[in-house]
Amino acid sequence: MSDDTKTNRRGLFARGGLFADRARRREALTGIGLLSPALVVMISMLALPVGALVIMSFWTQNGFNLDTSFTLDNYRRLFARSDRVTEWMGMTFHLAYPVPAILMIKSLAMSLMATVAVVLLAYPMAYFLAFRVTRYKAAWIIMLTIPFWTSYLLRVFSWKVVLGYNGAINSGLMSLGLIDKPLEFLLYNPAAVVITLSHAWVSFVVLPIFVSLEKIDRSMLEAAADLGDSRSRRFRRIILPLSMPGTISAALMVFIPTVGDYVTPQLVGGNGGTMIGSLVQLLFTKQNNAPLGAAISLVMMGIIAVLVLIFLTLIGYWKMRARRAS
Amino acid sequence: MKKGWGLTVYAVLFVAFVYGPVLILPLFSFNDNTFATFPLTGFTTRHYVDMLGQRQMIASLMNSLRIGLAVTVLATAIAIPAAISITRYRFPGKPAVLSMLMLPLVVPSIVLAVALLVIILRFLGLPLSLWTVAAGHVLVALPFCVSVLISRLEGFDQSLEEASRDLGCSPMQTFRRVTLPLAMPGVISSLLLGFIISFDEFVIAFFLTGTENTLPVYLYSQLRFPNKLPGTLALGSVILVVSTVLVITAEVIRKRGVQTDNPGDY
Repeated sequence: MSDDTKTNRRGLFARGGLFADRARRREALTGIGLLSPALVVMISMLALPVGALVIMSFWTQNGFNLDTSFTLDNYRRLFARSDRVTEWMGMTFHLAYPVPAILMIKSLAMSLMATVAVVLLAYPMAYFLAFRVTRYKAAWIIMLTIPFWTSYLLRVFSWKVVLGYNGAINSGLMSLGLIDKPLEFLLYNPAAVVITLSHAWVSFVVLPIFVSLEKIDRSMLEAAADLGDSRSRRFRRIILPLSMPGTISAALMVFIPTVGDYVTPQLVGGNGGTMIGSLVQLLFTKQNNAPLGAAISLVMMGIIAVLVLIFLTLIGYWKMRARRAS
Repeated sequence: MKKGWGLTVYAVLFVAFVYGPVLILPLFSFNDNTFATFPLTGFTTRHYVDMLGQRQMIASLMNSLRIGLAVTVLATAIAIPAAISITRYRFPGKPAVLSMLMLPLVVPSIVLAVALLVIILRFLGLPLSLWTVAAGHVLVALPFCVSVLISRLEGFDQSLEEASRDLGCSPMQTFRRVTLPLAMPGVISSLLLGFIISFDEFVIAFFLTGTENTLPVYLYSQLRFPNKLPGTLALGSVILVVSTVLVITAEVIRKRGVQTDNPGDY
């Protein structure tokens, strides 16, 4: 580390020339040097393992033997067409092995529903925190932070206790005399998964949305009010657009990981609520077909990435149109 | 401006929704019944006493504590220079590096888990153990540690560091005497939060552990047995209390000391 990288930025060497270049290069090298341990972790434990997963997806499993010759069979199997028609939720699949496709669509739909629910639930809370809370703000923030840090497994498990056949809701309603026998439709279905996911992730987005609301310059709101905008108009024309980027990135932070969620469908999903993550887990354990599991996880990541890119491009397009219109 | 009560009512309902289901666990853990059902039948602490007698549970608790400590020390030690580099140095490709550091936050943990599983078992030929779990946990804890430290380092006046340099301190001296003390609240909360992440993490531990369990993996294995429910509730309640205390400590420490007007620093 050199002791003048910092001061050089403004001092004698500030403008152009060899010295400025050298100082800047030195600064860049120090910066990257300080980052290197983190980069080593990211490369050795994220990039290389994902690379290994890619290689694995080109191999095949024959019983107990792993065939390491390169083949696209796993991917072909996922998209192979067949005359046998499988129907699911009114959709027809002409696939020889339709399970992954069905689970993928189902996971995307459930995750999307949970994401929308999470944003709709969290936004008013974040709004309240940013614009209404004046006293004990720090206490409110801590109170909303705690659930986010408490065990995900336990938050999901608690819904099993709440919704279960012998659970809190059923026994509560029965002891109140409102029902005679437990309601069976509460647990082990897609709705239970969506509710549980919404609950488990909602505390994840309140703070990011709050931060984007808190950053909004209050003088703009005052100006709009002085010029006669009503409260709802101020919300629509100032608060909502300015908080949108933060809200969207928070929504993506929920959508992307929940598509591949494993714990929630496993604990509260039952047979009807399984998602793609459960299939990946099965392939890596009981069904002993890691290469196919690797291919499915990569296709899942690919589909998510494409969907997110399409979504972000659409947003950019809408923004451009809105700017041209005004 | 007239302030409506609607939002306040909503906020209270929201908090009830977020906390309600989770608080069911401690509620039933003190209930004198083997099922988690209403009406409550009486107060007991016997589920907690039973829990203490379970050797496997104590063993997995010790494993989780050991992993958590190792993970958080390592992740924070890696995150400190990384956060300094990101907040104090200019170099090309910084946004790309920063988003790469945040990647483990968005990749589904099952993908991280199977990717690590494949490289550990098939390519490196290493046996699964608590070490492999700890390695995976460093990866998921790092983005949190880095972002806590970045927001802290951005939060205080950098002219203090410049003054120290102008007065003749070496970068190392400046780091030890100025940056580190000022960043200390961030360092402590990074240590606490890194610990909680590892302590509570389930999916990666579930895939990467060998014969020994961590506490969440043990807890998960107990969920299959309905007759063990009360013990599970008691254990879950203890975990909840521990994480809550650690989070509150981390957050209070983080907010104390140097005041900041950076709206991102909440």
